[in-house]
Amino acid sequence: MSNDGQQFDRLPQTPAERTIEGRASREEVLTYFEDRFGIPPEIFEDYTFWEKGAGKIWIYAGEAPTPLAIEALGMTCLRTRQEHWKPTTDFAQRFGTEASRCVIDLEHEGARRFAAGEDQDLEWDGDWGYLIAAHELAGERYPLGIGLYVHGELRSMVPKGRQRKLQ
Amino acid sequence: MEPLERYRPIIDEFDAFLEACRRPLGTAVRINTIKTSVERALSALDQEGVAYEQADWNPRVVRLETDSPGSTWTSFHGLTHGQEEVSAVPPVVLNPQPGERVWDCCGAPGGKATQLSALMDDTGTVVANDSNLGRISALRFNAERLGATSLAVTNQDARNYSMKPFSFDAFDRTLVDAPCSCEGTIRKNPDTLEEWSEDHIASVSGIQKGILRRAIQATREGGTVVYSTCTFAPEENEAVVQHALEAEECRLREIDIGLECSPGLTEFEGQRFDEELTNAIRIYPHQNDTGGFFVAKLEVTA
Repeated sequence: MSNDGQQFDRLPQTPAERTIEGRASREEVLTYFEDRFGIPPEIFEDYTFWEKGAGKIWIYAGEAPTPLAIEALGMTCLRTRQEHWKPTTDFAQRFGTEASRCVIDLEHEGARRFAAGEDQDLEWDGDWGYLIAAHELAGERYPLGIGLYVHGELRSMVPKGRQRKLQ
Repeated sequence: MEPLERYRPIIDEFDAFLEACRRPLGTAVRINTIKTSVERALSALDQEGVAYEQADWNPRVVRLETDSPGSTWTSFHGLTHGQEEVSAVPPVVLNPQPGERVWDCCGAPGGKATQLSALMDDTGTVVANDSNLGRISALRFNAERLGATSLAVTNQDARNYSMKPFSFDAFDRTLVDAPCSCEGTIRKNPDTLEEWSEDHIASVSGIQKGILRRAIQATREGGTVVYSTCTFAPEENEAVVQHALEAEECRLREIDIGLECSPGLTEFEGQRFDEELTNAIRIYPHQNDTGGFFVAKLEVTA
């Protein structure tokens, strides 16, 4: 069977339980967040994961049967069905505080540029690819969103509607 | 301002009321406790150099001294959400508890729906519905920015809302923040009275009655329904609740919110309303220097 982009389908627990071609499993999603960002799988115990739209994964804390044809279920958290999975900016802000790997800390000016959607040249000796960009505000580390790090450059993936010019 | 003259007989200190309606409204935000705590959000505002004042009745509601509350780091991070002070009242009156099933039948653009999620510690289920697909995109945007994971969004006409999509058949609590003539938003939208007519009030009142009745039917026995509008017109407030009292199994409960307000009316222009309506509240702009609101709290009795 193929994916129906108009409805929410709960992700299968494991790849072995997969009935829809190419659909990510809950296990793979949790493994990705843990391997890439060091986010402990336990924090997702009370959440379910769903696919609606090709490769778009949603995280939800409420009650719902599967399948379900409604407008939204929790928040979009991850784009799958592509070589490199890509978390959303809103997921990074909501759950990125739990991340311990692939988090790039920006100084004030860098954070300002990142929030405005601008790219910046930056030294980073960690993994390339999608990172969580963060900065410090009133003594706390706050994730800003997702950046793509390649060839010495951090590209802001903050969607246009979320970009802001800040002081 | 002329349409407001009809309220002279029912509003104490009517001149102070008119005077307040002419003053522009200050900027208020709600602290989004899904993503932060009140203390952390206030520290962030301090560091940004944004002056603020917490509302006496609700520490999560903050008046800001800035004209662009959307251009702060706290807003970018979804720690605060621009929301008029009185607009934060209905969810507090509904008082949803963690783990419950809650319906926000006119949910866009999502300020109150996300406030419900926050009050429930983002656990349980908040179904935010709206009949207008365009407004749903704003609702979805705000829900994701504020990190509300317990929120599901539907696109139906609330008057004949179907529970079919869900695995349960009744809500514990329902918020009806009804579409209305918006007289109480005049400080924010000075031209809100330009389209004012008694015909419009009559037609929107019919819609409100339909939505409130369906809300009561979809809420379990012993559950709570809060009906609110941002308008002064009794046709859209007391008359709608009166209709529900007559047509559905419910009764009005007292509201204790810690804001200066006036009781609901028992009479307007010759029409009489049940004595119970005095349990509803009318919040006028001059009482707390806010916008105007009407809020009624109903208990479902069967």
